[in-house]
Amino acid sequence: MAEVTVFVEQRSGQVKRAALEVVAQGRGLADAWGGSLEAILIGTDLDDAAAKVLPLGPDHVTLLEHPVLSDYSVEGFTQALSGYVARTNSLALLLPATAMGMDLAPRVAARLRVGLASDCISISSGPDRTMEAVRPVFSGKAMATVRFSSARPVMATLRPNVFPPGEPVANPAGKITKKTPELDETKIRARLTGIEKDQSGEIDVKEADIVVSGGRAMMNSENFGIIRDLAAALGGAVGASRAAVDAGFIAHQHQVGQTGKVVAPKLYIACGISGAIQHLAGMSSSKVIVAINKDGEAPIFKIATYGIVGDLFRIVPLLTEKILKLKAE
Amino acid sequence: MNLVVCMKQVPDTAARVAIGGDGRSLDPEGVTFVVNPYDEIALEEALRIREKLGEGEVAVVTMGPEKGSAALRSCLAMGADRGIHLQDAAFQGSDSLGTARILAAAIARKPFDLILLGKQGVGTDNSQTGPMLAELLDLPHVNVVVKLEIMGKSLKAFRQIEGALEVIEAPLPAVVTAQKGLNEPRYAGLKGIMAAKKKPVEVLCLRDLGLPADEVGEKGALVRWTQLELPASRSSGKILQGEPEEAVEELVRLLREEAKVI
Ligand SMILES: Cc1cc2nc3c(=O)[nH]c(=O)nc-3n(C[C@H](O)[C@H](O)[C@H](O)COP(=O)(O)OP(=O)(O)OC[C@H]3O[C@@H](n4cnc5c(N)ncnc54)[C@H](O)[C@@H]3O)c2cc1C
Repeated sequence: MAEVTVFVEQRSGQVKRAALEVVAQGRGLADAWGGSLEAILIGTDLDDAAAKVLPLGPDHVTLLEHPVLSDYSVEGFTQALSGYVARTNSLALLLPATAMGMDLAPRVAARLRVGLASDCISISSGPDRTMEAVRPVFSGKAMATVRFSSARPVMATLRPNVFPPGEPVANPAGKITKKTPELDETKIRARLTGIEKDQSGEIDVKEADIVVSGGRAMMNSENFGIIRDLAAALGGAVGASRAAVDAGFIAHQHQVGQTGKVVAPKLYIACGISGAIQHLAGMSSSKVIVAINKDGEAPIFKIATYGIVGDLFRIVPLLTEKILKLKAE
Repeated sequence: MNLVVCMKQVPDTAARVAIGGDGRSLDPEGVTFVVNPYDEIALEEALRIREKLGEGEVAVVTMGPEKGSAALRSCLAMGADRGIHLQDAAFQGSDSLGTARILAAAIARKPFDLILLGKQGVGTDNSQTGPMLAELLDLPHVNVVVKLEIMGKSLKAFRQIEGALEVIEAPLPAVVTAQKGLNEPRYAGLKGIMAAKKKPVEVLCLRDLGLPADEVGEKGALVRWTQLELPASRSSGKILQGEPEEAVEELVRLLREEAKVI
């Protein structure tokens, strides 16, 4: 059986990019250990989802299918995943640090009595098939290296967007196996009875490759229109500082930071945001950071890749215009 | 209804972070400690449930050293009825599972209907204790909740996921973890602060809980920090000079050609 196990999140057959990033890290770890990789999917009708995972080179793809698992339920998925993994010799179990992964992993870890490192930004293999993880703590003001006791498998959830997405391998030869997990349905007590989709049709900041955020400087909700326009031009999501949210310019789901969402997009554009430590906690692992602020001394410039000192109400529309022109070419 | 709120004392988020002499922990020098903001939201929710039902008791349980008693008092000042302080040298260095074990043992001593706690403890940011506690007590849980309704012997909770809310129903007893947006915690008034002085706080140690010493603390920990470092500071980047038009032009060029992100 495989030394490294990855849980591949899917909802209605859709596999998230974050899940593929985890598969790629699992492949790397398995290779470093000279072991094999098993990808596990849980739900119903998983064939399409499995087909998306196979090119990334897992040695085994195991589908745990059961009608009761068509919707995610933490108790049902915990039974399926821990029940299966406990019977393998898995040394490491990786999940994405998504809403689902962050919910499922601790329950599985408690059931298996194994250690879990949450929301990691790097994992590496140590001697004797051990694993080490690095994770941001104290609002990103420090990085902790986490080591595990001898209990196996060690578990980690990986922060989305930080790890490279997997590359397809030359000759994917993974085998797909279907299994029906044994479930005690009386122990699936918390059940999904509905989903309220965000009606706005906006991209969630956590899911986006590009995030454009506005701060207190926006002054009102109408002005946020220029942030929305830039985000739309870039195909990105709209974020905000807490000051903007507290002032009622925009809903809380857009808030980035310690008491908002933690994001790590390819590109983060902060407009009229000073760069308070609690805001940085939510976005400092973005790959490229652009700051637009009229105060050249604003702390946001200390972590920005590129900065423009000036009035955002002039600069942002210019930027949108320029991007749209480029897109039209 | 018996409501239990788990509370952790955490370093103030605005506090400076310096690495301790052991190279693997926070230097506590000059750091102020506060009630974990997410636990404060959990407590507020418990108080509102008690107020709405017109009956019930809110107990706050915390694990940690003696200095945690100040945070416990401020929870009592907000309106909790009693406190439980889990204090033992053997608890030190507990990981999330160890903490969940200690909390579970303390909570299981009396009947309860609902356990509320923050979705994460600010600072260590593990986001593990709630689900682990539910697992150890064999209870359902709903994580990262922004809206909660109690309906007789069950609950309906709205849980935040990417781009949507999941509506989840579960029978009581259950564990719920609080996310920002669930409510705005109240301030403790002078009356509350005075009243808190007379409220009972029970102090329990390892032996009272009947837990084996090797399942908690540093000894029982399945994960531990071996190193704590300040992050590699991002080198400040380029400030683009010139008129807005020029700066924007240059920015777009850099984003395309140098950073390759658009
Ligand atoms: C417990 C706690 C948790 C917190 N959690 C969060 C969190 O999750 N997220 C978060 O963001 N904050 C959080 N905060 C708040 C944080 O400390 C800051 O107060 C907040 O981030 C400030 O938002 P801001 O940058 O938009 O506003 P300000 O700090 O007021 O900055 C506004 C900036 O806009 C610039 N500006 C003004 N006009 C213009 C213009 N016309 N053109 C260009 N620039 C302009 C100014 O120079 C200034 O730099 C938290 C605080 C606490 C205590």
